[in-house]
Amino acid sequence: MSEAILDCKGVTRRFGGLVALDTLDLQMPRGAILGLIGPNGSGKTTFFNVLTGIYGFSDGAAAFDGRDITAYSSQEVYRAGIARTFQRSRMCLPLSVFDNIMVGNHKRLDHGLWANVFARKKLRKAFEESYEEAHELVKIFDPPLAERMFEPVAGFPMIDRRRIEICRALISHPKLLLLDEPSAGMTHEETRQLMDDILEVRDRIKDLSIIIIEHEMGVIERITDRCIVLNFGRKIAEGTYQDVANDREVQEAYLGAE
Amino acid sequence: MENTQPATAGRQDPTALPIGILAIAGMTVFAAVFLMAESEAAVGGLLAFAAVAVLGAGKLGLLERVRAAFRDHELTMHTAIVIGALAIAWVFREDHFALLMLTMAMLYLTACLGLNVQLGYTGILNFAGSSFLGVGCYTAAVLTQHTAIPPLVILPLGGLMATIVGSVLILPVLRTRGHYAAVVTIAFAVLFKTFLEVNDSLGGPQGLAVGEMTLFGWGFNSNIEIGDFYASFYMNYFLLALVITILAFALTRRIERSWVGLNMDAVRIDELAASCFGINLARWKITAFMLGNFMIGTAGALLGMILGFIAPTNFTFADSLILLSIVLLGGMGSVWGIALASAIIVMLPEKLQLIQEYRFLLFAALVILVLRFRPNGLLPRADRIYFPGWRPR
Repeated sequence: MSEAILDCKGVTRRFGGLVALDTLDLQMPRGAILGLIGPNGSGKTTFFNVLTGIYGFSDGAAAFDGRDITAYSSQEVYRAGIARTFQRSRMCLPLSVFDNIMVGNHKRLDHGLWANVFARKKLRKAFEESYEEAHELVKIFDPPLAERMFEPVAGFPMIDRRRIEICRALISHPKLLLLDEPSAGMTHEETRQLMDDILEVRDRIKDLSIIIIEHEMGVIERITDRCIVLNFGRKIAEGTYQDVANDREVQEAYLGAE
Repeated sequence: MENTQPATAGRQDPTALPIGILAIAGMTVFAAVFLMAESEAAVGGLLAFAAVAVLGAGKLGLLERVRAAFRDHELTMHTAIVIGALAIAWVFREDHFALLMLTMAMLYLTACLGLNVQLGYTGILNFAGSSFLGVGCYTAAVLTQHTAIPPLVILPLGGLMATIVGSVLILPVLRTRGHYAAVVTIAFAVLFKTFLEVNDSLGGPQGLAVGEMTLFGWGFNSNIEIGDFYASFYMNYFLLALVITILAFALTRRIERSWVGLNMDAVRIDELAASCFGINLARWKITAFMLGNFMIGTAGALLGMILGFIAPTNFTFADSLILLSIVLLGGMGSVWGIALASAIIVMLPEKLQLIQEYRFLLFAALVILVLRFRPNGLLPRADRIYFPGWRPR
């Protein structure tokens, strides 16, 4: 199965008696953008947390890029090439924009204690290269932001924090990007800008696949190739946005049955 | 106002360096006068003067320029501070007591820099600081009395021993989170003191004598007399402590200004996000804990040699609290803040005998006030600069 970047079979997560995610099957081809939608509490974020090793799988399995990642820890999932953002953007607020992005660059930096303390010339080279790369990446999203790389994130508005968070996820060249409600806390116009930026980045990074959780249906309609609708942890529909939007069960899940 | 320009601005303030050097000179003179002050009234007056001077300098925007001087001319400023410290030592070369106090302040600073790597960077609250200081002291006592190991080698061995003893705490610290990990270190501190008291081979409650430091055949416990020149034997220890402090300082700084420091910060601020980006939480907690204990133990070994005699009562839980309060007072992660706080906490009770009795009460009140009104400490940590002087093209 070299075609599918991600292949999940029967992914289940139980919390005590509650089944937060119920035998979810999900396949996505390389380079696709998949929308994950559903009412609050339907298991979307749970799916991200299971996939990225924060919660274990209660049942089922996931293969990423031909590898079985079911038992992977968060660190291993990241190293395999999955990076994510968080619903309530989890940035290190006291640290600078550059520092935050470098957290995401972890797997490409040398973390040896000796190398960091004594081989300062080599560290400087790595630092300068990383800075250039991070600078270029941020510039795609917002050129003024790229000139403020060494200011603490705490001083930036929500849209900039989202941009920084996405840069943190992208800096390590992941193969799969998980976006958890990137539009939360932003205006329509800001959301539109951010989506433009994300699409632009995707054109530059070959084969980047994206799964996006989103409540803004406009966003989903515009950028996704395919959607999966969850309700109470179960997949109730799958297809293009038009297909799922016209699905009766989906309408009931969102608007309630007559 | 020039002083409001952002840190990333390429422009340098030409007045920053002279003002920075003047500030260091002023602090040197102040420290000398403070050490000379005999009466409590004079000490009180000097403290009031210092408070007014700092507030005034802040109002005039001078502090901002001192900060800029540290940012743009770091090496010059550091050299000036070392020269200032040496100048003070020169002035008090015949004064045992002043030199001892200065040396103690530097050793406390070294130990607190170790705590800073643990708490300030990585977020590990270690309530057993004085216990690890004690491990260093007892290592020095046993090795100077029973072996022929050169005393200079004993210093890092003290650190190594503290690291080894501390490693029994690694598993409990990793398995518990936040305050529970702190409770584990409290338990260790209590156990450690009891262990020393009941262990006769380590002198029991009476304690142990510690041999002197020697370097190339020169005994540190003899006064320096060369021709007409005379200096207290504490000058030996002062100079060695200065070297160790500089090394500890450089190590801490380089850790902060590297990916290692970034990893430690990420672990402290958000464990979950850190692990989602491949950061191995256990690795950095263990590194920080062991490295911190190494610095504390090394400082302890020299401390033992200076004291000459150590007993379990030197290493109580209250002493650990003093060490931690230095870190909180100065500012978590702020190396200069911790240096300032070490000087205050070590010297103030000695100069103000009045408060000697109430010093724990006073320090506790001070920590509460600082946490309430300046939660980031007296000198809050500055933003990370990986390479001073480096500017984006």
